[in-house]
Amino acid sequence: MKKFISILSVLVLLPLFAVAQNDGGIVRADNSKFALTNAKIYTVTNGVIENGTIIINNGIIEAVGADINIPGDAQVIDYSGQEIYPGMIDSGTRLGLSEIGSISEANDFREFGEITPNMQALTAVNPNSVAIPVTRVSGVTSALTMPAGGPLPGTAATISLFGYTPDQMFAGSKGVVMNFPSSAQRGWRRRTPEQIEKAREKAQETINDAFDKAELYAKIKESDAARYYPEMEALAKVVNGEVLLYIEVNSAKDILSALEWIEERGYENVVLTGVAEGWRVADEIAEAGFPVITGPVLSTPTRGSDAYDMAYKNPGLMQKAGIKVALRTMDTENSRNLPYNAGFAATYGMGKEEALKAITINAAEIMGVGDQLGSIEVGKKANIFVSTGDPFQTSTKILDVFIDGYKIPMTSRHTELYDEFLNRTPGVNKNPTKVDG
Amino acid sequence: MIKISSFFILFLCVSALQAQTKKGDVLIKNGTVITITDGTLENTDVLVRNGKIDRIGKNLKTPNGVEEVDATGKFVMPGIIDAHSHIAGTSINEGTSQVTAEVSMEDVVDPLDVSIYRALAGGVTSIHLMHGSANVIGGQNETLKLRWGSTNPEDLRFEGAPRTIKFALGENPTRGGRSRGIQPQSRMGVEAMLRNTFNDAIKYRDAWNAYRSNKSSRKVAPEYSLRMETMVDILEGEVLVHCHSYRADEIYMLMKVFSDFGIKRLTFQHANEAYKVAPELAEFGASASVFADWWAYKLEVYYSTAYNAAILTENGVTTSINSDSGELIRHLFHEAAKTQKYGDLSDNQALALITLNPAKQLGIDNRVGSLEKGKDADIAIFDNHPLSIYAVPQMTFVDGVKYFDIENDVADQRIYIDPESTVEDVQILYANDHDRCMEDANVVNFTDLFNNK
Repeated sequence: MKKFISILSVLVLLPLFAVAQNDGGIVRADNSKFALTNAKIYTVTNGVIENGTIIINNGIIEAVGADINIPGDAQVIDYSGQEIYPGMIDSGTRLGLSEIGSISEANDFREFGEITPNMQALTAVNPNSVAIPVTRVSGVTSALTMPAGGPLPGTAATISLFGYTPDQMFAGSKGVVMNFPSSAQRGWRRRTPEQIEKAREKAQETINDAFDKAELYAKIKESDAARYYPEMEALAKVVNGEVLLYIEVNSAKDILSALEWIEERGYENVVLTGVAEGWRVADEIAEAGFPVITGPVLSTPTRGSDAYDMAYKNPGLMQKAGIKVALRTMDTENSRNLPYNAGFAATYGMGKEEALKAITINAAEIMGVGDQLGSIEVGKKANIFVSTGDPFQTSTKILDVFIDGYKIPMTSRHTELYDEFLNRTPGVNKNPTKVDG
Repeated sequence: MIKISSFFILFLCVSALQAQTKKGDVLIKNGTVITITDGTLENTDVLVRNGKIDRIGKNLKTPNGVEEVDATGKFVMPGIIDAHSHIAGTSINEGTSQVTAEVSMEDVVDPLDVSIYRALAGGVTSIHLMHGSANVIGGQNETLKLRWGSTNPEDLRFEGAPRTIKFALGENPTRGGRSRGIQPQSRMGVEAMLRNTFNDAIKYRDAWNAYRSNKSSRKVAPEYSLRMETMVDILEGEVLVHCHSYRADEIYMLMKVFSDFGIKRLTFQHANEAYKVAPELAEFGASASVFADWWAYKLEVYYSTAYNAAILTENGVTTSINSDSGELIRHLFHEAAKTQKYGDLSDNQALALITLNPAKQLGIDNRVGSLEKGKDADIAIFDNHPLSIYAVPQMTFVDGVKYFDIENDVADQRIYIDPESTVEDVQILYANDHDRCMEDANVVNFTDLFNNK
């Protein structure tokens, strides 16, 4: 029956591909003019429309409301009983940069060198990464994809999870990533307090030196005497506030040091990322006024003595202190779990409404693309998903996803394997009439 | 029978060491009781006497001196069982040989690992503390009850649980072989090593049998080997095998090896591609303990699907969902719920994945895994349906004793404060930092292990 329905939907949507009755049929994204009708619409920025319509045209939300005229040339899809939300935005991933975790050849998020802010994550995004369809069929339509490594590993990019080239995927925001010198243990390898402190001091010197030079470079770069210096070119944009600076910082002590560092430098276009112990210094962060990207929410507490649920509570505590919070999975292949990270944050103090903002409008605004993404509003990009209900609830199904106005095929490696193997043919016996032998 | 007598001595030692663990009495009143084996009962009471479920019914009378817990509006379910865990283990991999059947996790139980409390706070009552996956035939595992607060590792033992052992196929043992320049370096070598070792075990058993039946006064005993004793116990069905595996071909291979050696019970751990050979697993009667959705962290899990548990379940394979992680173990109820998104399992099917099914795989389903009269009172209480994202575990009982109560949860989790300790470490972990089968295993990594660092 399920197979019948999926075949049927292929036939209905794509008469040209009527041959797609066989299992190898290709379903292509569709960018007609759409009218999505009779759905409960969660706009995020303008409340909930109980029974509304959305018109999508040329990649943009052309109209939204309870009483909308449906253009004659629009493909009408009746979503009675379903809910529509703005596409979810994962504010920290390696999507497109990492295909298979343990194989170095399949990972492109780490470049050689300590000061490499000019390395562009967007360049290395593989539009055909298997993880991308797996992620978007769960309603995550955009992601910040980040380089990793030394103190200044490169420039992160916000991408749409649909497109055949990095440029088709680029969603309009870039930011230089900085790993603030850390006094915390990272990963499983134990370091002594002395080793950590030595490494921290060295990293601090490296970063200060780089930014001293960048500030100088920014002043003299227009003069004839200045040599072209790609690393400084990238950092000068941070110094001038033209490009975001994502500062990864987690322990309470380091967060305070980072706030001090930012103040001394006078940088304004700054986002704190990670911020695992933000709840310990939430008032200080709020006072400084910088937004925060935090997560994964589904993680263990940073200290053995902390209450078991501190990582769940952290986003809510920061939000209540007045910080603008967005959430991330910091995952790649399981970025699809973003709504569950938000669901846990909601359950443990943040509340549903704020948790939804943290994976939609807040994320978009923090990345500087709040005028294009993050809510269902006229003029914004048509990045939306249709669900059977509350997207945080684990059993909820995502029925349809639109990215940049394209209706995305709801298939991925995971669904294809399910379709093939649920009732495998042949089963145990390839030729049941014959005796095994 | 050397084996039997050594068992007996071991039993005496254990009995001497093991203090009688606490058993509780409690009446959990008026909850929605999810029994797993006998439906979900509204407004129902569960009476616990001396650590066992004494009665399940409506309007039960509170016996004298028995504490009442009001579960009105709450959900009462069997304690969650994690069939694959490395919490509470001070070391995980004995990697010095490709066969280390002689070692056991029972020697490295850490009752003070705070992960135990965090797991209790996720409704977990039992774990299968497993050896790592560095070698083809690893060490023996230990099934534990999370009796938090004791300093004696013996108090955590799941007394009476069958012995189990870890096997490992695929990338991990072949990686070890390659870094040391020994067999196995391929899946061919893994099969050969398994068959060779079982054949050695048969020879060992035959030699001892011959020795025992030899009437000569001048007979000489064969060399005793704890490693081979364990292998013989596997052949005789006394030690259950839990095999780290991912690809369908290696899963199929092990079933053929076990068929040839007459070993009936077999659980595949991780088993990301088990869905591809689900009919074969069902025919063999093998079971699978899988992740809800982990994939792509290495090549052998690249062709995974989050529908694995559902495909296996629909094909009649006894399936559980495990954590292999000090993080995931805290929300296995949420992991189980993912099978409703990925494959439409019913509430009961989904919850069986973390209760009755892992109990069957560990051979403890006569004791735990469902709420039934006579079973151990290992119980979790939730404020919402446990498959809801909004569910928060409220209380967790082991043997009727409450080891977690959200009302008494404290901000500072230290129960034994080290006066020497100064500043506490802050540890930051991301999904990408997790070497999954090694997670929470405070040991050197593979590279270090095989370079003798």
